[in-house]
Amino acid sequence: MADDHLSKPFEKSSLTEAEKREMKRDIKKQFVVFILLLFLTVLAFVAVGADLIPNNFAVPFILILAIVQLLLQLLFFMHMKDKDHAWATVFMITGIFVTMPTIVALMLLIGVVKY
Amino acid sequence: MASYKKEKGVVWDWLTTVDHKKLGIMYLIAGTLFFLKAGLMAVFMRIQLIMPENSFLTGQTFNEFITMHGTIMLFLAATPLLFAFMNFVIPLQIGARDVAFPFVNALGFWIFLSGGLLLSTSWFFGGGPDAGWTAYVPLSLNEEQLGLDFYVLGLQVSGIGTLISAINFLVTIINMRAPGMTMMRLPLFVWTSFVTSTLILFAFTPLAAGLALLMLERIFDAQFFNPAAGGNVVIWQHIFWIFGHPEVYILVLPAFGIISEVIPAFSRKRLFGYTAMVFATMIIAFLGFMVWAHHMFTVGIGPVANSIFAIATMTIAVPTGIKIFNWLFTMWGGKITFNTAMLFASSFVPTFVLGGVTGVMLAMAPVDYLYHDTYFVVAHFHYIIVGGIVLALFAGLFYWYPKMFNHKLNEKLGVVFFILFTIGFHLTFFVQHFLGLMGMPRRVYTYLGGQGLDEFNMISTIGTFFMSAAVIVLVINIVYSAIKGERVIGINDPWDARTLEWATPTPVPEYNFAQTPQIRSLDPLFYEKVHGDGTMKPAEPVDDIHMPNGSILPVIISIGLYFLGFGLIMLEMAEPIVSPWIVVALGGLLTFGGMAMRSLKDDHGYHIPKSVVKADLKKLGGGK
Ligand code: HEM
Ligand SMILES: [Cu+2]
Repeated sequence: MADDHLSKPFEKSSLTEAEKREMKRDIKKQFVVFILLLFLTVLAFVAVGADLIPNNFAVPFILILAIVQLLLQLLFFMHMKDKDHAWATVFMITGIFVTMPTIVALMLLIGVVKY
Repeated sequence: MASYKKEKGVVWDWLTTVDHKKLGIMYLIAGTLFFLKAGLMAVFMRIQLIMPENSFLTGQTFNEFITMHGTIMLFLAATPLLFAFMNFVIPLQIGARDVAFPFVNALGFWIFLSGGLLLSTSWFFGGGPDAGWTAYVPLSLNEEQLGLDFYVLGLQVSGIGTLISAINFLVTIINMRAPGMTMMRLPLFVWTSFVTSTLILFAFTPLAAGLALLMLERIFDAQFFNPAAGGNVVIWQHIFWIFGHPEVYILVLPAFGIISEVIPAFSRKRLFGYTAMVFATMIIAFLGFMVWAHHMFTVGIGPVANSIFAIATMTIAVPTGIKIFNWLFTMWGGKITFNTAMLFASSFVPTFVLGGVTGVMLAMAPVDYLYHDTYFVVAHFHYIIVGGIVLALFAGLFYWYPKMFNHKLNEKLGVVFFILFTIGFHLTFFVQHFLGLMGMPRRVYTYLGGQGLDEFNMISTIGTFFMSAAVIVLVINIVYSAIKGERVIGINDPWDARTLEWATPTPVPEYNFAQTPQIRSLDPLFYEKVHGDGTMKPAEPVDDIHMPNGSILPVIISIGLYFLGFGLIMLEMAEPIVSPWIVVALGGLLTFGGMAMRSLKDDHGYHIPKSVVKADLKKLGGGK
């Protein structure tokens, strides 16, 4: 077939030097964040497992760690920190904006949480 | 470059097509067939109700008919009919050559169809589902009724199709706009489709979750809802209506969009208050998620919750009112042409207002105890659904028909159709308000005579006959126009309209635009007629056009999903002919095999060479 060449990789990258440097830096950042995430996970386990924190603070503590992890995930791995990502961010925020009140109202209505 | 397209047989061509225009037409045909099927059930139900203690249908059949009628109308008729126009029109209106993911578009259609057929298969296995389109537990937990398994899995499958199509529309509208087509220059139909797709994204996911829970409970003996096992039946109602209320806006927003296209075109004026219309759409969409409990006022969720949801519901009347006034102001002082499309579009406005008024009445929680589950509710939602969505669909059909099929529908027959339908519609549904206020319950297959219900029921059923006659006139019109209708081949813009789809040649070439147009204003074609020479300025030189290849994989993946669903249902059958797991495995093999094939095999599409594009340009006119 005439269009077989389409499946072959290009010899030269179409990225500029600046973009290549940017990408290298990005990959480095991702590694750092990845290790940070692992560290936070281990921290959560160790802190609770080894009774490093007072009992009544355990749940809030791991929740805080979870939120930090979530933010890191969103920013770095879901690319929300990047430019040109506004639409995805808009949809993510819209989703949170819609689901949060729904879930809260639902919990109140079916009495999972009783105040 | 790549080889030019090989000729294909007609059937193979339509089975494998990924062209948004052909898929639009396929949605139109499939949606129409489902519409006729569900409409026939409605006529049968009305015949049953024509007089007291009638025995035309048994109670069981009646229950199956209300359930299938409602479910099919909403999921398999209204949704695909709107998708038909969205598919056909959106790429043309934003100046794109196709949707963002043509393959996914085809996949969405075929999955929707196989889900619909799966649901319909229930007739051959002991009857349709009979618990209403809302499938409230514990009624829908009835193990005797195989139909409900078809409901759960049929909707699950067709929901996947709807969901991926919606995501495709979102990406298309964000990424595929022609140069100059900013968000605030999008035609209102594109805007409302965009917001509707967002609603589908956020509402069909809870539906899928709810259906999954119901499936687990029915087929795999889980205990989420069964009170005897510590479950909670009200949770189903919440999940269902968290999906269900947005669903009505999913249907009505594109209908608003169609009206917002037709009214300016035939009033020869730009849409009044474009920006307000856009923001009203978004506000309606957001509020649509915050009002679901107005379907549950009588469940006993308490006065505080009832009040909050009542007020939230009434708030929606504000942005909706903005829209109504904007349509009126668009017509105000316009040079109005009352052809069939415009008749439907303009009669939409007062009819929809009537449905909206009864909606606000229903939103008053204390009074809803009186209206709840009576024919008042049936009258209300049919004024929204038929008086809103279906009228808009008819307006859109007559408006876009020339672009889709290269000939107009006959106007005389169109007007007859409009008159018959309007008379029939109001006869059928207006009196149902009174039936409801007199206390006639909905979803009940008969009633006793001498309670003052007889006359109104008779009138209501006669109205249905008028509507049936109207639909027959429409069918005659379609056949007649196909043979004798006014041809518009070579006429790009038969209505002298305003938006970009009318700048494409008729018949629309498969690549839509030989050269991507440069958009200079809202209502771009109108702008060029006034400030330019009446044709769109190209934004690029004539060049090879890259097109996607057709593929049979969407059909195979969808057939696989059908058998996956059917296999799971077979688990509930008393004596299945083969082991259900074999059917499940077969379906899974087809689906996941098809997906693997798509992922592993490179497919780069083909190019239409520059010479062919140039020849087309000469032949068809269009862009210069
Ligand atoms: C065009 C003529 C139509 C007629 C004559 C008609 C008639 C009926 C009747 C008799 C019922 C049963 C009412 C009851 O006993 O509760 C019903 C229910 C319903 N209809 Fe229609 N209908 C029509 C069109 C539509 C359309 C276009 C839609 C939606 C797109 C629709 C959606 C529904 C729904 C959701 C229900 C409730 C089903 C349920 O109770 O589960 N109808 N209709
Ligand atoms: Cu609602």
